[in-house]
Amino acid sequence: MADPKPRVKVPKKAAAGEVITIKTLISHPMESGQRKDKQGNLIPRQIINKFTCEFNGQVVFSCDMDPAVSANPYMEFNAKVNESGTFKFTWVDDDGSVYASENKITVE
Amino acid sequence: MSFTRRQVFGLTIGAAAFVAAGSRVSFAATDQTEEAIKAFTGGAEPKEGTVSLDTPEIAENGNTVPVGVSVDSPMTTDSFVESVLILADGNPNPAVATFHFTAMSGVAEAKTRIRLAKTQNVIAVAKMNDGSTFIDRKEVKVTIGGCGG
Repeated sequence: MADPKPRVKVPKKAAAGEVITIKTLISHPMESGQRKDKQGNLIPRQIINKFTCEFNGQVVFSCDMDPAVSANPYMEFNAKVNESGTFKFTWVDDDGSVYASENKITVE
Repeated sequence: MSFTRRQVFGLTIGAAAFVAAGSRVSFAATDQTEEAIKAFTGGAEPKEGTVSLDTPEIAENGNTVPVGVSVDSPMTTDSFVESVLILADGNPNPAVATFHFTAMSGVAEAKTRIRLAKTQNVIAVAKMNDGSTFIDRKEVKVTIGGCGG
C-alpha cells in the first residue's frame, strides 16, 4: 500500500469572523473487514478511525469513522476564523500510525 | 421420488426453522440501529426536525455515496451542536460515522462519502449541547452494493 497522502483545501485568506469551508481527502483503502480474498479468507480490517481538525491548538471539528466510510475518506466541514493561524489535520489509522497535515490562513 | 408422511413433517419443520432464523438475522440490523440511537441519545426519543440529511435518491455505486448533514443551530458557545451520528440500517454494522462539532465550527454542516450494502435508510441523529436530540431519515436506493466483493 502506498503511503497515505493527505490533501487539504483551505482558503489562504479570509475576513475576520468569516465561516470558511475546508475540504480534506486522504488516500487510504479503508479495508472494511467484510471482504474476502480469492482463497475465501477474510481480509483484516484496517481503516482510519479518527480524524481531527485543530486551529491554533483548539479542536474545531473531529470525526469517528466506522468501516462504512468509503475508501479515500473525504470530509467537508466549516470553521469560523477570527485570527490568523494554522490548521492542523490528523488522521489516526487502526494500526496506530498518525498522518498529519498543516495549513496556514491569513485573516485580514 | 415420493415422500413418506414422516419425511414431509421433518421437511416442513426444517423449512419453518430456517425461515424463522432468517427473519431473526434481518431484524438484528434494525435492533442494532435502535440500540445505537438509544446509546447515543442516552435513552431519550429524538424529535423530528432541525437536522437534515442530504442524500441522493438513487446511488448507482454503493461504494461511494455522498452524504451531507446540516443542523439548524446558531453555533455559539451557549448553543451549539455537539455531535451528529450517522447510521445505515441495512449495513452489516449500522454505524457509519460520528461528527463532533464545536462552537468554532461556525456552521454545523459536514459532508462525506459512505458505503451502503443495499437499498436502505440512512439516519442522522444530532445531539445539542443542552442534551436535546433530533433525528432525520432518508431512504437511498442502491443499484450496486458496496460491501464484500
